[in-house]
Amino acid sequence: MSGLNINNVSMTFELPNGGSVEALKNINLSVQKGELVSVLGPSGCGKTTLLNILAGFLAPTDGIIELNGEIVKKPSSERGMVFQQGALFEWMNVSKNIGFGPKMKGTPQVEIDAKVTELLGIVGLQDFADKMIYEMSGGMQQRVALARCLANDPDVILMDEPLGALDALTREKMQSLVLDIWKKTGKTIILITHSVEEALLLGERLIVMAPRPGRIHKEYKLPFAELGVGADLREVKRHKKFGTTRDEILNMIWNMEEEIMGRAES
Amino acid sequence: MIFSITPIPASLSEFFWFNTPDGGEVASLLSTTLWMVLGIFVIFTIYMIFSAFSWVIHKLFIDGRNKANGYTSLKTVTFGDESAVEANRFASVASVVAIFFFWGLATGSSLLGPIQLPAPFLGKTSFEYTAINSYGDTDKGTVNLLVHTFDDKPILEKASNIATGFARDSAIKVRERRTALLSAKKIGAKETDGFKIIEINGLPIKPNQIVNFGNGEVLLTSKGSMQIRPYDGMTMEALYLPAPEDVWKSFLKLNKEGYTNVGLWENVFWSLIRVVLGFTLGCLFGIPLGFAMGLSNWFRGWFDPIVEFMRPVPPLALIPLIIIWFGIGEQGKISLLFLAALWIMTIAARAGVSGVNISKVHAAYSLGASKRQLLMKVILPNSLPEIFTGARVAMGVCWGTVVAAELVAAEKGAGKMIIAASKFQLTDIVIIGIIIIGIIGFAIEVLMRKAENRLIPWKGRG
Repeated sequence: MSGLNINNVSMTFELPNGGSVEALKNINLSVQKGELVSVLGPSGCGKTTLLNILAGFLAPTDGIIELNGEIVKKPSSERGMVFQQGALFEWMNVSKNIGFGPKMKGTPQVEIDAKVTELLGIVGLQDFADKMIYEMSGGMQQRVALARCLANDPDVILMDEPLGALDALTREKMQSLVLDIWKKTGKTIILITHSVEEALLLGERLIVMAPRPGRIHKEYKLPFAELGVGADLREVKRHKKFGTTRDEILNMIWNMEEEIMGRAES
Repeated sequence: MIFSITPIPASLSEFFWFNTPDGGEVASLLSTTLWMVLGIFVIFTIYMIFSAFSWVIHKLFIDGRNKANGYTSLKTVTFGDESAVEANRFASVASVVAIFFFWGLATGSSLLGPIQLPAPFLGKTSFEYTAINSYGDTDKGTVNLLVHTFDDKPILEKASNIATGFARDSAIKVRERRTALLSAKKIGAKETDGFKIIEINGLPIKPNQIVNFGNGEVLLTSKGSMQIRPYDGMTMEALYLPAPEDVWKSFLKLNKEGYTNVGLWENVFWSLIRVVLGFTLGCLFGIPLGFAMGLSNWFRGWFDPIVEFMRPVPPLALIPLIIIWFGIGEQGKISLLFLAALWIMTIAARAGVSGVNISKVHAAYSLGASKRQLLMKVILPNSLPEIFTGARVAMGVCWGTVVAAELVAAEKGAGKMIIAASKFQLTDIVIIGIIIIGIIGFAIEVLMRKAENRLIPWKGRG
């Protein structure tokens, strides 16, 4: 069975005061190889918890996750991860950061070098191979993070709000880059975001999650990721369906948050 | 059956044997402290007046000349913006000059030329006294005083004693800043009854009174003797504080000849080598220990009590125990420095591990790193800034501790040199030792910071 299967995954956190929080309840999702899935939801809906479970950093209290027929139990280089920020190694230069994964596996240095050069080209950092991480801007750092993840040739790339800390213009460029990489490498990508536009642009499939308990609320199949590859993303955003879907989702999330606040106040 | 157990003390004071301090002791403690506050305030005020004086000079002659440029100079808000505050180097130099100035002034240094506080009287002086006997006769005698320096040992000329009455002339020598006692029996003729001194240089005097005779003063004791104190000036005696140029001369001599057959730099070398060895041992064990505590529940639990207990114990408090255990040899001192560095390095390494951003750990595992690789490639480099901060603190503590340990017991070392010199009141050597200890402590700090900037350029920029 190929692809990623999330079967009935639940996650309950015990609180110190004796209560418990259902961060996730009965999540079921199948992701085919090569799919680009974006996950959207208000804060507290468990999307980061879900990603941590997929990466193998957390064990779910119930249910299992399978990747290519194997049960996910701990972190592995099959599931690469791109973090929001602060996950690069400041004591290494750009090349060493990108080559970290292959190096850990004991890949010969010549192969690592070739791979790093190729990836530097893909993310547009050819001239920055020897720069230190702290000398680079936030957007460039995220390019390094993408390249570092790709260097391991993972089956699935998990992205935890990778563009969340970037300014709007840099973000737009990086969104194009993510689409390019997706098309070029054919990787399965699961991307978490709380930007509705980003979720629409980058999601072939868009999952909207709802909080308390964290669950899948609605799923969309969208054409925009395919349209956006190699195209002007602002053009895509002018698409009529883009606007209507965005409003629909914004309303949905608005109502969810109203509901939460109403519950909290009563 | 009734077990005999230690009887429960009736009160706390029975259990904790503690002499309640009486009111007098506490009052004297408080008054001493209050006097100190006053003294500190006075010293500080004098220093600040000097500072204000320098500031005026700076404003008048230097400030306007080289107009500051650059971004900071354009800031209008500087009061409250710490980054806009820079040490004024003129002030730093002036402050050091001020210290040397006060030092020279207080010791009557020749470096200051004409700027001198009144020096103690030196040389020959005399005064006349008037005495009375039981018959009411009065007579005058002269006391010749020869005031000489500490090193000088002049030969005293005998008093010419041409006086014919019952008040004899007298000659006496006295060291500067000291007093001489001239007993009534010695100056009064043996046969005189009721010999009593009533005037000094024509000024009346009674027992327990003081009369000034120009180059000093005379105190008439209750037994009728004269306690003569030549004018002792306002400068300090070399025994308490030698003049800067004398210290410099001693330094040159010490540099050439050493003290008690040990060269100056030999002493410093021994202190340094102990610090380096003790510190290295402390790092060798402390860093792995800290990592173990940061990475494993068991080790954290196992070492937590001892680390938390030993951390607040000052290394100096361990010196007596270390001497009991190891004697006064090198082993004791290295052990002490090892213990001084160990806990600091342990805590620094543990803090280093806890400071690793969890994203980095997750990223490394997702990239296929093993635990060992994570430790060597991520946790170790990531905790270097904390380890270096710890190392800086540990070096400082070790340097302080080695000097203190040498004060207690050592054959060679900077601390040993100053304690040995202090026993012979060689204040100049003590001061040289203190200055060198200070400079080396400062040099260690500077070197550690340089090394830090070189080795960990990413510090604070993660």
